[in-house]
Amino acid sequence: MTSVKLYPPKPEKVYFFGTCLIDMFFPQAGLDGIRLLEREGIEVVFPDDQTCCGQPAYTSGYQDEARAVAEAQLGLFAEPWPIVVPSGSCGGMMRTHYPQLFAGTPRETEAREVASRIYELTEFLMHVCHIQLADKGRPEKVAMHTSCSARREMGLAETGPKLLAQLGHVELVEQERAAECCGFGGTFAVRHPEVSAAMVEDKTQAIEATGAEHFVTSDCGCLMNIAGRFEYQKKAVWGEHIASYLWRRTT
Amino acid sequence: MNARENILKRLRERSDGPLQVPESDFSVVTGRDWTPQERVERFERLITSVHGEVIHATLTDWTARLEEVLKAKSVRRLALGREHPVPVAARAALMDHDVELVDVDRDIEDWKREQFETVDAGLTSTGGAIGETGSLWLWPTPDEPRLISLVPPIHIAVLDADAIEDTFFDVVEAHGWASGMPTNALLISGPSKTADIEQTLAYGVHGPRELVVLIRHPRESA
Amino acid sequence: MSVQIYTPEAFHRQAHDALGNPQIRRNFRKAMDGLMSKRRDVFSDWDLEALRELGANIRLRALAKLPDLLERLEANCQANGIQVHWAENGDEACRIIRELCEARAARAVIKGKSMVSEEMHLNQHLEAAGIEALESDLGEYLVQLNEQTPSHIIMPAIHLNTDEISEILHDKTGTERTRDVDYMTAAARAQLRERFMAADVGISGVNFAVAETGTLCLVENEGNGRMTTTVPPVHIAVTGIEKVVEHLRDVPPLYALLTRSATGQHVTTYFNMISSPRKPGEHDGPEEVHLVLVDNGRSNIYQDNELLDTLRCIRCGACMNHCPVYTRVGGHTYGTTYPGPIGKILMPHMLGLEATKDLPTASSLCGACGEVCPVKIPIPDLLVRLRREAVGEGRGNVPGAGVKRSRKELLAWKGWQWLATHPTVWRGSTMVAGKLRGLTPTKLGPWTEYRTAPKPAKASLHALVKAHQHKDGEGRS
Repeated sequence: MTSVKLYPPKPEKVYFFGTCLIDMFFPQAGLDGIRLLEREGIEVVFPDDQTCCGQPAYTSGYQDEARAVAEAQLGLFAEPWPIVVPSGSCGGMMRTHYPQLFAGTPRETEAREVASRIYELTEFLMHVCHIQLADKGRPEKVAMHTSCSARREMGLAETGPKLLAQLGHVELVEQERAAECCGFGGTFAVRHPEVSAAMVEDKTQAIEATGAEHFVTSDCGCLMNIAGRFEYQKKAVWGEHIASYLWRRTT
Repeated sequence: MNARENILKRLRERSDGPLQVPESDFSVVTGRDWTPQERVERFERLITSVHGEVIHATLTDWTARLEEVLKAKSVRRLALGREHPVPVAARAALMDHDVELVDVDRDIEDWKREQFETVDAGLTSTGGAIGETGSLWLWPTPDEPRLISLVPPIHIAVLDADAIEDTFFDVVEAHGWASGMPTNALLISGPSKTADIEQTLAYGVHGPRELVVLIRHPRESA
Repeated sequence: MSVQIYTPEAFHRQAHDALGNPQIRRNFRKAMDGLMSKRRDVFSDWDLEALRELGANIRLRALAKLPDLLERLEANCQANGIQVHWAENGDEACRIIRELCEARAARAVIKGKSMVSEEMHLNQHLEAAGIEALESDLGEYLVQLNEQTPSHIIMPAIHLNTDEISEILHDKTGTERTRDVDYMTAAARAQLRERFMAADVGISGVNFAVAETGTLCLVENEGNGRMTTTVPPVHIAVTGIEKVVEHLRDVPPLYALLTRSATGQHVTTYFNMISSPRKPGEHDGPEEVHLVLVDNGRSNIYQDNELLDTLRCIRCGACMNHCPVYTRVGGHTYGTTYPGPIGKILMPHMLGLEATKDLPTASSLCGACGEVCPVKIPIPDLLVRLRREAVGEGRGNVPGAGVKRSRKELLAWKGWQWLATHPTVWRGSTMVAGKLRGLTPTKLGPWTEYRTAPKPAKASLHALVKAHQHKDGEGRS
C-alpha cells in the first residue's frame, strides 16, 4: 500500500490545513505544528476560510454533502505550495479520496492537483524538512499510537516513531499489537459503541502495560478516543498530539 | 431462457460496459535459479517442516533403504503398482521379503474395505517435486491409482533428486501441463493434517499419518 | 449447548453477547494473533507487493473475460467428461444437486468443505429430501455435530476450544472426554472413514476452476477433499461463477497467495486437480463428475465497476484474521455465511441491505483488511460504497438500497454541510462553542458510556493562529 513518493525540496511557504477536530477541540496541536514548521524557516499560510475536509460525511455515505464541503476547501490553496495536514485521517481523505470524490466532475483536475500536494505533518517534517530535533526534556518513556489512516492509507507507519527517536531523552516503548486500530473510526464509535469500546479498552490496556505515563498520536480522533477512555477510568496516563510533544520537548 | 443463458446474458450486457484486461507479470513466481543442491536442500527443509520424512538414497541402493523403512515402520502389507519402474524394482527387491505386496490394479469397488482397513503403506513413484514449497507432484495412473497415496496410513514416495524443480509455476510451464491434464494431478506436501482443534496440529486426520520421501540421487557420493 | 440461530438483523445483540463472553473473546484473540504472526513470517522472504499485484491482475483478467471463460470452462469440462450445470440462485443449485443425488438413489452424501454450499443451505435441503449430508472437514464436522454454522471460512470451528470440542465429541459420538488432540482426531478419522466408504455421492467446493483445461482445483490439508472427490461413485463440485481463472499458469500465484494469506502455510498438504471422471482402465475415482456453477447474486455485483472488485476474492479469510472487529465479536455475530470484512461487502448483495444494514457500518475503516487482501480488494472503499447505498445515495442496484435513508439524518448532514461551507458562520460557531465550553454536556450518548466527553477549546485554532500572526506581526514591525 505504501507507494514510493518523491519528496520536493524544502519550500519557502506551505499551507496549513488544521482540520475541524483540532480547530474545535485541540487547537494547541495545530499551533504547535505551525511553530515546528516556522522553526524550519518555512512561512506558514493558514487559509482563514478552511473548515473541514469532508470526511465525516464521506465515510457515513453522504457523498454529495462531503463533496460540497470538500469543494469549499479546494479553492483555498491557489498557490503551488505544499499543504500540510496534522492528521493522517484528514490527510488521507484529501490525498486519496478527493480524486475519487471529484472523478467525473468539472473540478476533477483541480482535486487531483490539490491531492498531490497533501502531506501529513510528521511526513513533511521528516521527508521534506529533514528536521533535526534537539531534546531539552527530562528522560521519560512515551508510547505512540499511529493512526490507521496514517499507517495504511498514507503509508506512514514510520515517520512518527522516527521523529520520536531523535529525542535523546525519550524512550519510545512498543505496545502490544501497536498496529491495531484504537476503535475510533468516526461514526463507528457511535453506531457500534460496544465494539468500539472493546477496542479502545484493549488499546488503553496495551499502552498502560508499557509503563509509559504518556502517549502521543498523530491524529486527534484517536487522541480523543484513547485519552477519553483513560480519563473516564481516572488513569494517570495522558496523551497529546505528536506536534505538541515535539514542540514541548525541543523548546 | 434457462439459467445458463440468463447468467451469460447478464454478464455480457453489464451496465458499466466492457472491462479492461490487465497484463500479468509472472516473474515473481519463477526465475529462482537455484542449483540442484539448493533445490534438494530447500525441498527437504520445507517438507520436513510439515512432518514429512526424507531419506536419501542412490539409484542403486534405494530399495535397501526402502526395506529399512518398511522394517522400521513394521509395514506388513504394502500396496504398489506393477508396471512403473519404481514398483517393479521394489517388487523385485521385496520378492523374498516377509512384506506382503498388495496389487492395486483392481477396481476400488472390489477391495474398498481391504484397502481402507488392511493396507499398512502405499508406495508410489512421483512425477517430480517443487523446491520452493517442498511439494511432490503425482499424476496417478491405472498402475498407481489415486487412493494408494491417500488411504493407507503411510505413504512412501520415491523421488529422483534431479526431478526437483524450483517452483510450481516452473513445473506447470516446463511440463506443458496446460496441453493435457490427467484425470487427477496432485501436489502432496507432507502427511494429512488438521489444526481444527484449537490450532493444535494433528497428523493423519483423513489421509496418511506419515509421508516418507525416498530421494534417489544419481551418484554414490550424494 | 443449545442451538442458537444467528441473523444479520440481530448484529448488535449478537455483538453484545459475544463481547460479554470471555471464552469467545479468548478463543478468537488467541487464534487471530497466531494466524497474523504466521502470515507475517511466511511472506517474509517474498516480494509480497509484486505477488499481490499479480494475484489482483489474474483475478481482474478472469473477471474481464468472465462470460467467455465460463463458456470455455464448460466446453472443456464437457470435453473431459465433466457434466456442467448452471444455477441462478441457491435454491436452483440445491434442486440440481438433489436431483443428481436422486438419480443415483443416493441416501448418503459425504461433503468436503464448501462455503457456497453453506451459502445455499444445501445440507438442510438434502436432509429435507431424506438424503443425509455429512461434513468431513474436521472443523465442519465438529460444527455440524454441534448444530452450528462455521464461524470462519477457513477454520469453521475456530470459536471452539479443546475442552468444548472434547465435550461435543463425547456427547455426540461417545468418545472419552480428553484434552488429547491426537485421540480426538483419530476418533474422527475412524468415524468418517466408514462414511467415506458408504457414501453414494461426494460434494465438494472448488478453489479455482481453470477454463483452459477444464480443471477443478481443491486446496486442503486433511485429505477429506481427496476422499470426497475420489471414493464415492459420484462427485458433485459446486462453485460460484466467479471462481473461474483463464489459464493453468494463473493457478500457482493464486495458490501461493491463498495458503500463505489464509493460514500462514507455504503450501497446503494437498492440491487436488480434477479434470475428468474415471477413465476406462482407471481403477478409482468417481464414474460421474458434475460441476454446478452458481450465480446467486454474483452477476448483479458484476454490473458495477466498483462493486465488481468484491468478486476478486479467493476466500482466504485473511481479512477476518486481521479485523479488529471480527477478532472481538467472532464469526457467528455477523449472522451470515461469510463473516468479517468480506462478508460485510458480499452479504448485502446476497441478502439485501434491509437484513444486512448494520454490517457495512460495523467497521472503523482501519484498513487492515485491505492491507492484507492477497488480491488487493479495496474493502474499506467498498464498505463506504455500501454505506452510501444504504442511505440512498448510491447509483448501483444493490438490493435494499436506501433502506437507511432517514430524513432526520440527511437534514443533520445538510446542516453540517451548510456550516462547513460558510466559513464565517463556522468561525463564529467554534468561538461560541469555546465560550460555552462550561456548558458542554457530560453525557454524549454512547460515547460517554466509555469515555469522557471532549470539550471545545477556549479558543479555536482559527483564533490561536490569528493571535499568533498578530504577535509575529508586532515582532517584525
